[in-house]
Amino acid sequence: MDILYKILIDPFLQMGQAPDLLVQTLWEGLVSGVLYSLIALGFVLIFKASGVFNFAQGIMVVFAALTLVGLYELGVPAFVALGLTIVVMFGLAVAVERLMLRPLVNQPDIILFMATFGLTYFLIGFGELVFGGNPKKMIASELYLPSGAYDIKMFGGFVSLQKIDIAAAVIVSLMVISLAVFFQKTRIGRALRAVADSHKAALSVGISLEQIWVVVWFAAGIVALVTGIMWGARSEVSFSLQIIALKALPVLILGGFTSIPGAIIGGLIIGIGEKVGEFYWGPLLGSGIESWLAYVIALIFLLFRPQGLFGEKIIERI
Amino acid sequence: MRVKSSILGMALLATAATMGAPVPAAAQDSNYVPLFTYRTGPFSGSGIYIAEGMHDYLEMLNQRDGGIGGVKIAIEECETGYDTKKGLECYEAVKGKKPVVVNPWSTGITLPLIPRAAVDKVPVLSMAYGLSASAIGDTFPWIFNPPATYWDGMSMILSYIGTKEGGLDKLKGKTLGFIYLDAGYGKEPIPLLEQLAKDYGFTLKLYPVPATEMQNQSSQWLNVRRDKPDHMVMYGWGAMQPTAVKEAAKVNYPMDKFISIWWINEDDVGSAGPASKGLKSLNFHAVGDNFPAVQDIKKYVTDKNLTQTDKSHLGKVLYNRGVYNSMLIAEGIRNAQKLTGKKVITGEDMRRGLETLNVSEARLKEIGLAGFSGPVKLSCADHNGHFSTFMQEWDGTKWAKVSGDIKPMADKVSPLLTAAAKDYIDKNGNWPKRTEACDKAS
Repeated sequence: MDILYKILIDPFLQMGQAPDLLVQTLWEGLVSGVLYSLIALGFVLIFKASGVFNFAQGIMVVFAALTLVGLYELGVPAFVALGLTIVVMFGLAVAVERLMLRPLVNQPDIILFMATFGLTYFLIGFGELVFGGNPKKMIASELYLPSGAYDIKMFGGFVSLQKIDIAAAVIVSLMVISLAVFFQKTRIGRALRAVADSHKAALSVGISLEQIWVVVWFAAGIVALVTGIMWGARSEVSFSLQIIALKALPVLILGGFTSIPGAIIGGLIIGIGEKVGEFYWGPLLGSGIESWLAYVIALIFLLFRPQGLFGEKIIERI
Repeated sequence: MRVKSSILGMALLATAATMGAPVPAAAQDSNYVPLFTYRTGPFSGSGIYIAEGMHDYLEMLNQRDGGIGGVKIAIEECETGYDTKKGLECYEAVKGKKPVVVNPWSTGITLPLIPRAAVDKVPVLSMAYGLSASAIGDTFPWIFNPPATYWDGMSMILSYIGTKEGGLDKLKGKTLGFIYLDAGYGKEPIPLLEQLAKDYGFTLKLYPVPATEMQNQSSQWLNVRRDKPDHMVMYGWGAMQPTAVKEAAKVNYPMDKFISIWWINEDDVGSAGPASKGLKSLNFHAVGDNFPAVQDIKKYVTDKNLTQTDKSHLGKVLYNRGVYNSMLIAEGIRNAQKLTGKKVITGEDMRRGLETLNVSEARLKEIGLAGFSGPVKLSCADHNGHFSTFMQEWDGTKWAKVSGDIKPMADKVSPLLTAAAKDYIDKNGNWPKRTEACDKAS
């Protein structure tokens, strides 16, 4: 009986007794969710264009952030370093298309998936060789990202909104809108959607697969850079950041592998769900549950929508 | 296509040849000391400094003195990435080369090596980490963990908090939060903490941080904000530590109530900027490079570019920790040479050398480390020493010592340690009885 009380009643009483903490938890979940969405977006872009689950998206986050900080440490001014990092990510996209994707055209998806494993290990080794293994401080203030917090008094307590988190939410929202416009309204965006539907049909109407792949890998690189800056500012830039990218997996299960809105909504549900779950129900299970709670949330959704929230329902004739 | 196949074939042949090649044995005129390090991966923020300190001290002895007792030290690093699986691979790779000692540098790697050490005759030096109960030499003759165990560390933190509160009895009714890496290391002191919570009447709140969430700790710190612990203790490592300090600042947790075990470094604590001022940490050796031995490292190793060490790292807390670790190895080898009369020693000799280790203040002065740390004396029965530590505080730019010697609560820790050793034996079935003789010196 006591356990039922702790599961079904007590958490809601706590929410009522300390609404400021509830708001704070929701805010933390929202910020994490926004960042998860951003990581998931990187996966979705590449999956849509090539049907490949890009295992290297996590290390791309680290590589982009390390390049930025590494260039700055070499004496390059912050915004020039940012520009050069974008160039590096473009170079990476071209290299991936030329050296990895092009030779593997027409190979089964699993081969391409395994190739992204190879890319991951290459980027880990190359990153450590060039930048060293030690963690670095993100150049947040040099990029004019805000620091400090707004402590807002409410419900007899306070809610602390970190300025960097607000900035992350705004920047990510703008980025998502830009990407949505780019892929919905531009010629390249339409070409991408055509490639996503059918490689062969897209080729038959003269769409260059190579060009599309470079574009999506570059876009995923930019997404990785923004993720690296934002998460690096919250913690530090280290190789452990790539682990966080795995959080995108439940987001993708939930939102669908091919849907940009799915990645966003999925990220928010996972982010808020895991924070609320950890805060109110975690202590019942010894805390530290959020690493697997995200998957539980995703699986519960899958029971009702196996294709994910926004995934395409594919019916294949056997 | 044929060219591609040929290249692939050659690559495969080369790989197979490399993998099948015999492991080169350590030279017969040297003492082989493998160093398990992690200069890469999620824990490199801590691991790099330690690897540098360990390597540089031994290399300095090679360059300055021609090794120890006229015999060079064969130093070889094996990268573990703080991954238990890789650590065990490192162990398998080095054990055939007759190492005089192994340093796992991970509690997770240490635990599976404990039963192997006696079989392979390779002593394990888990300096201030690993299984606390392995301090009992009668049960674990091949394991050494000076100068203090994680349980000692926790009891010393409690003791310090008690002093600040006006007595340990004042802990009654208080709440103590414990944030820890959810791994073997972080969980190690929990049995002691639970016992101390009962004994002193404080409430214990646990905040585990899974390795996957090291850089995503907002939930844990929201819980801290709700529970309002009177004191927070951290057993963190790698990327967990700077994130915890930042999150503590974010929830306005008072830094002067936040105490870490001895593994937090300057980068970790500095990550939150001025907000981390007041954070405390245990330590058992000095920081800074103002010691003749460290100056010799500069002269014989770093200035000659015989290392990967960034010169600015000399004297940092974890760099000096690596130096301390290698000082214990070097003194163990020297002692073993003295005991056996041999120049090139075996693992068994080293075990005897460590068991009779006596690094007195005079000896510390002799080796250029006067005032660097307290003396270390081990014995057949006690492989740890349970030595005092001190508290240091981050003043915004550097560590400053803020306490005298803090002794572990021997009355609380010893019975639990004995019980834990017995429990270990019970759980591990045919645990061998000690057959190794004790040297007179111990």
